Amino acid sequence: MNETPKLNSFKAGPDEDGRFGIFGGRFVAETLMPLILDLEEKWNIAKTDPVFQAELQHLNTHYTGRPSPLYFAERMTQELGGAKIYFKRDELNHTGSHKINNCLGQILLAKRMGKTRIIAETGAGQHGVASATVAARFGLPCVVYMGATDVERQAPNVFRMKLLGAEVKPVTAGHGTLKDAMNEALRDWVTNVDDTYYMIGTAAGPHPYPEMVRDFQSVMGREVREQMMAAEGRLPDMLIAAVGGGSNAIGLFHPFLDDASVKIVGVEAGGRGLDGEEHCASLTAGSPGVLHGNRTYLLQDGDGQIKEGHSISAGLDYPGIGPEHSWLKDAGRVEYVPIMDHEALEAFQLLTRLEGIIPALEPSHALAEVMKRAPKMDKEQIVVMNLCGRGDKDIFTVGKLLGMGL
Amino acid sequence: MTARMDKRFADLAAEGRPALVTYFMGGDPDFETSLSIMKALPSAGADVIELGMPFSDPMADGPAIQLAGQRALKGGQTLVKTIDLARRFRADDQDTPIVLMGYYNPIYIYGVDRFVSDALAAGIDGLIVVDLPPEMDDELCIPALEKGLNFIRLATPTTDDKRLPKVLQNTSGFVYYVSMNGITGSALPDPSLVAGAVQRIKGHTNLPVCVGFGVKTAEHARAIGAAADGVVVGTAIINQVASSLTEDGQATGATVPGVETLVRGLSAGVRSARLAAAE
Repeated sequence: MNETPKLNSFKAGPDEDGRFGIFGGRFVAETLMPLILDLEEKWNIAKTDPVFQAELQHLNTHYTGRPSPLYFAERMTQELGGAKIYFKRDELNHTGSHKINNCLGQILLAKRMGKTRIIAETGAGQHGVASATVAARFGLPCVVYMGATDVERQAPNVFRMKLLGAEVKPVTAGHGTLKDAMNEALRDWVTNVDDTYYMIGTAAGPHPYPEMVRDFQSVMGREVREQMMAAEGRLPDMLIAAVGGGSNAIGLFHPFLDDASVKIVGVEAGGRGLDGEEHCASLTAGSPGVLHGNRTYLLQDGDGQIKEGHSISAGLDYPGIGPEHSWLKDAGRVEYVPIMDHEALEAFQLLTRLEGIIPALEPSHALAEVMKRAPKMDKEQIVVMNLCGRGDKDIFTVGKLLGMGL
Repeated sequence: MTARMDKRFADLAAEGRPALVTYFMGGDPDFETSLSIMKALPSAGADVIELGMPFSDPMADGPAIQLAGQRALKGGQTLVKTIDLARRFRADDQDTPIVLMGYYNPIYIYGVDRFVSDALAAGIDGLIVVDLPPEMDDELCIPALEKGLNFIRLATPTTDDKRLPKVLQNTSGFVYYVSMNGITGSALPDPSLVAGAVQRIKGHTNLPVCVGFGVKTAEHARAIGAAADGVVVGTAIINQVASSLTEDGQATGATVPGVETLVRGLSAGVRSARLAAAE
């Protein structure tokens, strides 16, 4: 009998065509092909260039405030009564989320490529804010495409982007969420190929974006390894992170993929439940398809039309997922589970009251999974959760859902 | 390759005029109306028909074609029905080449092998799949070519001389030159720049070169057709359909005649294009 050859590493991908197994690739219009080939070439040079890396590290340290702390959540640990719970506190970064890690890397690349205009898509507005921030810092004009629904539910971030000098273009197509914003950003890019750099916010899209965004975000996982060795003298037993497009998750997970002792869990938006249409659990309830430049798990109907999905969290409200997550799911290395809107809302409140940290609704999904798993684990075991964004942007949404008046 | 496409372009070359290539959206606003539109196209002067396959997320299309796709999907159009549309057309017309145009995901979900054989059985002659560049040829292009279905590639202003051979390598039927960087439905580019670009592509291939993006009137068709083997019109036809519909998107008595009148005018444009070239 032929046995499937055992992989010697989960970190080898993507291959030279941008594939993680059957996932990934370059499914784009011909107009964009020369651009992404040029981007790949420049990225391949930059990633091994010590000057580029030093420049990025300098900005990470002095502009973003890296390394972000690895925080032992003592009261949360006591409350749940099981494993020790640590938070990777990327919500403390400048701009309030992990998104800045990627944007700084990409804007350095855009400058190297001589691009003079930045475009971005955004869901929760965290990537939009980070893009507008780095564009301001480097003196480039920035246009952010954002679904009209998200413009409304993430109003504080819309103000921030405008204050930073970005133009926010609401997109009314479809449900007016992240998928529609990405379509519109691609239309802008195909029209303005000469001067425009498309700053994709998650580890998805055509090659080399999934690899590039992952590498910029992996700074989180690398720091966690060092910080955990310093704090506990060993690696954690479990990593948990929310997945929308999947950039905060892959950034935490990637440096640990080959450590078999570390169990890894990705948390999808279960919305109002997986029975109906109102969720964004593309890995748990979707199937492989092609959208936005890559093959990956998607929410789609039997005719290959993409569904809209739903999540309480604008950042998770996307019917696809980064291709590397699709591959890690099929390879069995990472377990993906859904968390419902109401569970995320409970976790949001618990963290706020117990630890005095207001999380974004995206990592609140991860926390809800921590709340399920930690109590069943031994007290000596260690869980690290990526607290990838702060909740300032969500207070109005949450206040409304909880019926709180000002 | 299906002989229909090569014969059509050979006949037109003998006739000394460019082809009028007309795009419309399958199932817009409903199956029966779009079948009537398709059947009306050849007698109005269309030489090649591009049959749009609706997709929920048409990333390279402007608002007009996006909305047409949404109308079609709302009307219950599927890839199965779009292939059936071609089959019903082909029962009455053995000569007009049909090219299916759209995005890859519905084909991928349908199943590539099944799609290629069903398309050939329905009398379809070629495919244009916007999000499958040459780097992705193993997905659909190679299986389609092996079975005898043309795979028509888009060349764009960003396709430079270095890249052109790669783009043309597995192309058959004709080359679709997208005359500008952008989405469908944009403004008409400078015809003299288009002529230069067509000559550049012809330096690399013997295939006919058809030009699209921005052609909306007979005058445009005449100007662009002066230098090209074919002129592609899409958004203007879609707009004509849209303008004839009721407020809730239903077809009216003006829907099919409106398209016929528009296409007749465009046809007159391409038929006088070589005169324009001589002027």
